[in-house]
Amino acid sequence: MIPEVLGYAFPNDVHILWSLMIVTYPYVTGLVAGAFIVSSLYHVFGRKELWPIGRFSLVASLAFMLVATWPLLNHLGHPERAFNIMITPSPSSAMAGFGLAYNWYLMILVLEVWFVFRKDIILTARRSRGLKRFLFSVLALRTYDISEEALATDHKIVTVLAAIGIPSACFLHGYVGFLFGALKANPWWSTPLMPVIFLFSAVVSGIAAMILMYLAAMGLKGLPVLRETVATMARWLWLFMILTVTLELLEIITLSYESSEAWVIIRQLLTTRLSFSFFSLQLVFGSLIPFILLMIVVLMGSQMKARVQNILAGAASAILLVQVFSMRWNVVIGGQLFSKSLRGLRSPYQPGFFEKEGILPMLLILVAPFVILVIFERVLPMFRAVEEAAAAGRIGDEDAGGAGATN
Amino acid sequence: MTDFSRRQFLRTAALAGGGCAVFLLLGERRAGRASVPPASPAGDYDWTQHSYAYLIDTVACIGCGMCVKACKAENRVPDGFFRTWIERYEISEDGEAAVDSPDGGLNGFEENVSHVKISKAFFVPKMCNHCAHSPCVQVCPVGASYRTKDGVVLVDQERCVGCGYCVQACPYSSRFIPHEEDTPYPRTAQKCTLCYHRITKGLKPACVAACPVGARQLADMKNPFDPVRKRILTERVQVLQPELLTQPQCYYLALDKEVR
Ligand code: SF4
Ligand code: SF4
Repeated sequence: MIPEVLGYAFPNDVHILWSLMIVTYPYVTGLVAGAFIVSSLYHVFGRKELWPIGRFSLVASLAFMLVATWPLLNHLGHPERAFNIMITPSPSSAMAGFGLAYNWYLMILVLEVWFVFRKDIILTARRSRGLKRFLFSVLALRTYDISEEALATDHKIVTVLAAIGIPSACFLHGYVGFLFGALKANPWWSTPLMPVIFLFSAVVSGIAAMILMYLAAMGLKGLPVLRETVATMARWLWLFMILTVTLELLEIITLSYESSEAWVIIRQLLTTRLSFSFFSLQLVFGSLIPFILLMIVVLMGSQMKARVQNILAGAASAILLVQVFSMRWNVVIGGQLFSKSLRGLRSPYQPGFFEKEGILPMLLILVAPFVILVIFERVLPMFRAVEEAAAAGRIGDEDAGGAGATN
Repeated sequence: MTDFSRRQFLRTAALAGGGCAVFLLLGERRAGRASVPPASPAGDYDWTQHSYAYLIDTVACIGCGMCVKACKAENRVPDGFFRTWIERYEISEDGEAAVDSPDGGLNGFEENVSHVKISKAFFVPKMCNHCAHSPCVQVCPVGASYRTKDGVVLVDQERCVGCGYCVQACPYSSRFIPHEEDTPYPRTAQKCTLCYHRITKGLKPACVAACPVGARQLADMKNPFDPVRKRILTERVQVLQPELLTQPQCYYLALDKEVR
């Protein structure tokens, strides 16, 4: 079953090698980096308004990180040899750095989560008995010191880890962009802007996901949503989406203005195969609408009801998640729809639902982090501070004229 | 006494970290070894005494597809993938180029029936260029793609993880990853090996042996008496996409500007 080709494609070019899984991979790592940036805004930059999700976003980053390798493993022709990338890396390969980048970042995340939750782990260990007590004391690594002094040290370590984590998160995701940007064989990928675009869009997807996850988690737990928390995230989201879209546009404008050899085929690609996913989805629906929605939230948020603000920010976030996904799709799949002969386009790629690298496996991968989060919440509460504040009546439904945010 | 002291914990952590570092360093050393290609082929063949190049005469090629057939049979190339293929170029009087390669030229070409006035037409055989500065070798994360001492770019089928990075990095689309289980090595990167199993025994690559008009020739650049080497050195040759500086070792005679 040979796909149709418009023009002339090199005969080996009619296959889509990097499937939906390779679209999912940068999408998930983007969420890792983005969620981490949100948690760092709280832990390092002291955005106090983000206190309800300081822990949540950190654990979310870890949850996404744990599944980030799944799409890759599912894609590899020989996943049983995957460890070769870590034990026998080839120094000249950009991809070989993956093992190092991934493990480094995972280590930082695990350590930071551990220090953030250390007190809770110890308290739970003390409170419980039997197997549970044993498990938690193992989790506590048998250090039970929760004196003021020890906790202050914990706090310092968390700040340092979060601070190291920021460049690491940027590196991790910029690196994913570099994998594409450094291939001179493909003019649609090969641009030094690629890592930067990947990075900024990662932050966009991360903040957008955190807004939605915050709204959903509070809804599920019956806890109040704080106006200031959403407003702060919406402001950052607006800023980062403007940067991202500007860069994305700059890339196209430069390509078209330079009008190099490759532009002929890229223009065809954009106007035919990607016309929907690029122009309609990524640029108009995905960028313009959230831009306007967020602008309303940022400029007039304080004059509207908290609920309206949340709905607008939530809608913008949902759309931006689609935008970032379509951007990943347009890069990864778009780059394989034209031949390196620069003379031909193959028919569009439609992943099957039940295929090994199809839609169902992608959905499972995208759901997995939430399963991890639910399990985590059962073991160690991520919203304890919010629950306590709500119980003490310090925060409440803001539209109903209840107590406003205390922080 | 409730607990280990923090200091003790840190010491344990440091030890664990050190252990990881040692493990990784050992990995690096093994990697160093792994990226050295397997030893020179058995027998009295000495790979330091050869350096292969390839010469394609686009004027001589008649587009019969014998080379594509020979390659497929010799290397059990799976259907729909090509280690070598033939392109046909037909350039009309107003400069429009029409290119095709039905089934990679496996069964030759049908006569052209278009109504445009053709001013020139020719065939261009394509294959891996065995680039001396090959992007495919550069990007392979596990060192499965490598260049032999005698100048052939190969893939170690036992090491390749099938990530496909090399396929994306090759500007000439010379590589592919077959998923069909009926190939000797499914789900790993494959490409022209210059029939390494033949040339190291003094035989010609299957495509060279099959070409009825001598349009495809193997050269040994370390053999001063090799006539093909002499042609490469003395005639005007071109390589594909020279602007990418991949240093292809596959040279073309009379390459047209339309060919990429
Ligand atoms: S032609 Fe492609 S596969 Fe062959 S050596 Fe060059 S880059 Fe590698
Ligand atoms: S597909 Fe195989 S040979 Fe190619 S880059 Fe990946 S591991 Fe290396």
